Amino acid sequence: MSDIERADHNDLLDVAPGSPHDSLLSETLSYVVGLGLAVLLTAISFWVASTGSLWGPGVAVGLAVLAIAQMGVHLVFFLHITSGPDNTNNVLALAFGVLIVFLVMVGTIWIMAHMSANMGPSPEMMNLQMQH
Amino acid sequence: MTTEAATIGMTHSGSEDTGLGHRGPESKSIVVPYGFWLFVLSDIVLFSALFATYASLVHATDYGPTTNQLFSRTTAAWETAALLLSTFVCGLALIAAKRRNMMWTQVWLVATGLFGLIFLIFELREFVEFIESGAGPQRSAFLSSFFTLVGCHGAHVTAGLMWLGTMMAQIWAKGFREHILRRLLCFTIFWHALDIIWVAIFTIVYLIGTLP
Repeated sequence: MSDIERADHNDLLDVAPGSPHDSLLSETLSYVVGLGLAVLLTAISFWVASTGSLWGPGVAVGLAVLAIAQMGVHLVFFLHITSGPDNTNNVLALAFGVLIVFLVMVGTIWIMAHMSANMGPSPEMMNLQMQH
Repeated sequence: MTTEAATIGMTHSGSEDTGLGHRGPESKSIVVPYGFWLFVLSDIVLFSALFATYASLVHATDYGPTTNQLFSRTTAAWETAALLLSTFVCGLALIAAKRRNMMWTQVWLVATGLFGLIFLIFELREFVEFIESGAGPQRSAFLSSFFTLVGCHGAHVTAGLMWLGTMMAQIWAKGFREHILRRLLCFTIFWHALDIIWVAIFTIVYLIGTLP
């Protein structure tokens, strides 16, 4: 393999997170599409939260799904994290970060909810009982 | 190809890269933003701990104001719009800088800063309004965690604005040198990440917090 070919190979292997594509049009288009999708998802989020026509208990879950979708849009169109082979390192780091975020949040919420459920009546409940 | 590499099977499409470092380290233009990407991810892990704290304490209001009484969706919508536009024009600044266009780089960076400033003003006005109405961070565990979470994001935006100012001055004074462009790329990663965190804040704190 010649040196030039090897240099080309090096370029293909890795790409920095957030570094844009090659042509002015495709780069700008990526940001414009990202902005459009982000605005759309944000608007849907605010609408879902405000309308009374949806099933109440599902609204919070729907909002969480919309937020995760918008984070995905930001990652793909603004930070240019893709599934391509040149992005493997960036994706792996992101996956590890997501794992830790998931463990910290779900673990904390799960444990703290169980603890407060097992802590006996809260001051609010004592207050309600005294009003009877 | 060495037998070692063939055994491990880590070759990239017939190249001589064995995955054992024979190819040498990546160029700085890859390593530096990658290292910064790791920092940003660790920053997101920090925020996840603050989100978990907030979620655990959101009902601990100590008979004080609750989320529904305090939060305004209008304020959250304005803040969201300002930060989203800021992150968008920040990307345009990177595109202009890659083409070494001084005027458009600086124009888009100024716009990035202005939208970021609008966001901060909305946030500070909200904080002042809360504190003046007796809903400061000392009022309840809920408000302590609220000010920690949203204040930490605001502090990041403030630090980002200072970084933005230095970047504009460095691009102006030193031109589009390689290491300056690397710093600008790191700044855009930071700025996009802050908007990702804001998506979680406006959903969890402001929208879910104001559901009937």
